[in-house]
Amino acid sequence: MANPNPTPVRAPATGAWWNDRRVRAVFYQIVFVLAVAAGIWVLVDNTIENLRARGLRTGFDFLGARSGIPISDSIIPWDPDDTFGRAYLVGILNTLRVGIVGIILATILGTIVGIARLSQNWLVSKLASIYVETIRNIPLLLQLIFIYALFGFALPEQLDPLVIGGGFFLSKGGLMFPLLKLEAAHYAAGSVFLVSFAAMIVYNVWAKRRQNATGVAPPRLLPSLAMLLLPTIIVFLAMGAPAEFDVAAKTRFRFIGGGAIGPEFLTVLLGLVIYTAAFIAEIVRSGILAVSYGQTEAAGALGLTRGQTLRLVLLPQALRVIIPPMTSQYLNLVKNSSLALIAGYQDVVAIENMTMNQTGRALEAIMLIMAVYLTISLSISLAMNTYNKRIALKER
Amino acid sequence: MEPIITMRGVDKWYGQFHVLKQINLDVQAREKIVICGPSGSGKSTLIRCINRLEEHQRGQIIVDGVELTNDLKHIEQIRREVGMVFQHFNLFPHMTVIENLALAPIWVRKMPKAAAEERAMQMLKRVRIAEQAYKYPGQLSGGQQQRVAIARSLCMSPKIMLFDEPTSALDPEMIKEVLDVMIELAREGMTMLVVTHEMGFAKSVADRVIFMDEGQIVEQNAPHEFFGNPKSDRTKLFLSQILGH
Amino acid sequence: MAVSESATETVAAGPPPATTGFIGWMRRNLFSGIWNTLLTLVAAYLLFVIIPPVASWLFIDAVWSEAPPETCKAAHGACWAFIREKHRVIFFGRYPFFEHWRPLLGMGLLITMVMASCFRRFWRPWIALVWAGGLGAFFLVMWGGAIPISYRTAAIAAAAVALVIGLRQSNGGMRSLMLWLALLFAALILAGGAVIRVLDAVVKELFGVDDALAPLAGVWFEIPTGLSFVPTSLWGGLPLTLLLSILGIMVAFPLAILLALGRRSKLPLIRMFCVGYIELIRGVPLISLLFVGSFLLPLFLPRGVEIADLARAQVAIIGFSAAYLAEVIRGGLQAIPRGQYEAADALGLSYWQKMAKIVLPQAIVLVIPPIVNTFIGLFKDTSLVSIVSLTDLLLSTKDMAIGDVNWRAFYAEGYTFIALIYFVFCFFMSKYSQYLERQFETGRRKRR
Repeated sequence: MANPNPTPVRAPATGAWWNDRRVRAVFYQIVFVLAVAAGIWVLVDNTIENLRARGLRTGFDFLGARSGIPISDSIIPWDPDDTFGRAYLVGILNTLRVGIVGIILATILGTIVGIARLSQNWLVSKLASIYVETIRNIPLLLQLIFIYALFGFALPEQLDPLVIGGGFFLSKGGLMFPLLKLEAAHYAAGSVFLVSFAAMIVYNVWAKRRQNATGVAPPRLLPSLAMLLLPTIIVFLAMGAPAEFDVAAKTRFRFIGGGAIGPEFLTVLLGLVIYTAAFIAEIVRSGILAVSYGQTEAAGALGLTRGQTLRLVLLPQALRVIIPPMTSQYLNLVKNSSLALIAGYQDVVAIENMTMNQTGRALEAIMLIMAVYLTISLSISLAMNTYNKRIALKER
Repeated sequence: MEPIITMRGVDKWYGQFHVLKQINLDVQAREKIVICGPSGSGKSTLIRCINRLEEHQRGQIIVDGVELTNDLKHIEQIRREVGMVFQHFNLFPHMTVIENLALAPIWVRKMPKAAAEERAMQMLKRVRIAEQAYKYPGQLSGGQQQRVAIARSLCMSPKIMLFDEPTSALDPEMIKEVLDVMIELAREGMTMLVVTHEMGFAKSVADRVIFMDEGQIVEQNAPHEFFGNPKSDRTKLFLSQILGH
Repeated sequence: MAVSESATETVAAGPPPATTGFIGWMRRNLFSGIWNTLLTLVAAYLLFVIIPPVASWLFIDAVWSEAPPETCKAAHGACWAFIREKHRVIFFGRYPFFEHWRPLLGMGLLITMVMASCFRRFWRPWIALVWAGGLGAFFLVMWGGAIPISYRTAAIAAAAVALVIGLRQSNGGMRSLMLWLALLFAALILAGGAVIRVLDAVVKELFGVDDALAPLAGVWFEIPTGLSFVPTSLWGGLPLTLLLSILGIMVAFPLAILLALGRRSKLPLIRMFCVGYIELIRGVPLISLLFVGSFLLPLFLPRGVEIADLARAQVAIIGFSAAYLAEVIRGGLQAIPRGQYEAADALGLSYWQKMAKIVLPQAIVLVIPPIVNTFIGLFKDTSLVSIVSLTDLLLSTKDMAIGDVNWRAFYAEGYTFIALIYFVFCFFMSKYSQYLERQFETGRRKRR
């Protein structure tokens, strides 16, 4: 082994080759790689030996086999006769579903709470701090288990649900809500909306050009809103404004019609949103505080209005501070969704657990979920890093 | 002639702390005033009241014929005419130099973008920094940043310029480049209120030097009188401290 | 014009009314404008809706005294009688009931050491020895039984002695010799069995004697403690949670330093390895690492080597927190000005001297607040071990206390109670980290 603290020697001008920095760099790296390789070799060797001793088979061939897993909550059609591979796909989609909905809701709630904490209103800011401090200091898993227990104990039976009103029912069976019956008018309104959206973008580009050319900025907010909404509303009204809802109705044994979200999904979503929002609130708060007050003063001294100051000076700077920690919160939310299995939500980890139990392929099953999460994480952080690099402040 | 800035009996408190006590001050157009005094004497607060970065609680401030009240329109109107240069520059770090300069002309003066940028380039040339137009503030030295900040204010063609310790955050070798720009500005006839400890600048440029202590205007006079023959003991003490070394 | 009148005249009038005092405070903070007043009213209404029922459940209608479940069911409020009945199971899980003083003592020991470590005056090298002794005492009292002395114990002792001697040496050559010896003994702890087997084979080749050294591999002798033996599979509750998080951060710490240095190394292969490890661990959820620990780790180890469930989870947690800590420490390394590195280079220090004497001491002090935050996160995350069936605070409550059919209805009380425990720990630690941050901040700002 090389001595890490070589004693200095009075070396002649032409030193020995082993004292060459480059040679040493290569040497250290070779030793390191050999050590790592040896470690991996020992692990692999042990594993093979252990698997053989226990008579376990290896390989990913099980992915093509019939699974026999019952999955109740799936976006794509599912039958227990389908393969393990498809089960994983269902699990991944469920993970993504709770992740995406969770990220959107947590961002909204977190931003509101974060701004509330900065409110000049004492009561509002105190309430927001209590929320943040409480939620952040209790493990997410405990919160999830608690919420799930509440669903199982505190809510009424499925046939005797809590009536929220407007066709919404809450029970042990989850949340039931009315579904709009789609008719020609809805499709027409939808298409008109898409066209108006495009028109709005064109209008805004034109307005920006006009401001650049003449200095006079045409109003943008109100015309945009009008362009976006008015045609849609007019078409919808002209076609008779059909708004028939498919409301869940009770028959003797169960509810029929309407839409429903299972208690498992609700538990996981609620837990993830409440927990992550507390962290996002802190990020939003410190992002806004990070923009120094001098910026507001300078913008004010130049005669910019409050709205312009917020839009042109404060928000662009706060966003730069907020985005990197926000990314890691999004990643955390997706990773934390792996706790879904304690609420019985069939995300990719739950599927993996069932696979492990049925096939005994622990090694493959665990490697698969790690690969899934790694792919999700790396793609989110890659996207955000690229974006972040583009907007980063230039320094000397 | 009607003064361009009038302050009558202005009082201001921070909580219980009385920062400005019965300030009376008239500033004529084209006049150059240097305000000095120990830290915490209220000199920054005084000039920050003129464009209402700080709110006064009693008395009257009239700038260019418009009285400062809570009326937002009045405040915006005055801020358009009054430029301000800060101790810490306060450039917008997410915009290039030229974007910093063109921002207010575009959004406040409603100038076409091309015209605003042309004006911005003129101002950058005036502060001798045109070659840095497309860099970001973070890439410039302190002196360069402060000159950009001056140019940014000039782009609005202000009638009055306020300087809040413009050189005190700068390294010594950069002070001169900023002072040179300010001296030039003074020669061109700008109305200027400058909070500074640069007594050389005060001697060569100021029409009047104001000494403040504990929220009051203790003494004001023409520079040669002020430095040569200070009346109050507090002024003498302050001058001996600041010029002594 | 000379001295103005206003300077001589004293100002009698105070600040305008309604900006000071309680009324002024209310006006400024609650009712300054329509929007603000509206917000206040909405918030007050919210409190009015939430607080009375919660307060009456928690306190007013609650059953505080000892009572059977039937009494509790009749009451409207919380059943704290449940906590009275089950608190020992919640705190200590499956640990034998009549030995509960032992986990209590162990827990007290850990909490005391954590609290003592918060004082800056104890931030000295000897605190490592205190911790080593304290953890030794913890294991002693928790395990009980007889302490087996084997090559492993001997190697641990030898490594520790070499380390202490090495660190106290001022002579560079002696010092590195001792440190290498410590490393060698540490390697023996892990690989000792294999070494003995190899030596055995050599002896057999040379002298034809079978299993000459085999006795070395077993237990040499035992020191009885006078306590009954309690295997780790029976440990549980709060001491387990504390142990997992404390060891999780302490063992991970040196690994994290190496990873952080490796990530900033100029040698590309080492850098790639460290980046790969850190990003891999941070890219997957902790639960998948716990699965690796509990299902795959036994496969990775040589045949015949048994590893307790607790150790499996502990290894996973250490590997997990090492990656996160490494990123925290890297942040500290980046915050050290280049001048410090250059000064150390200019003095002719070697890489390890530069890091150990100049850079790391500064970087680590700088990141103590985020390290405390990492510890808080880890403390909460240890609750995940309940998924791999370790009876930590969460699982002892869920399965053992609430799992009792008679008390099943009182899950809310049980979860509220442990939520409070987690909250108290995390809240005070986070306040402590904020306090440290402020202290460091003022320390740095003093120069301005």
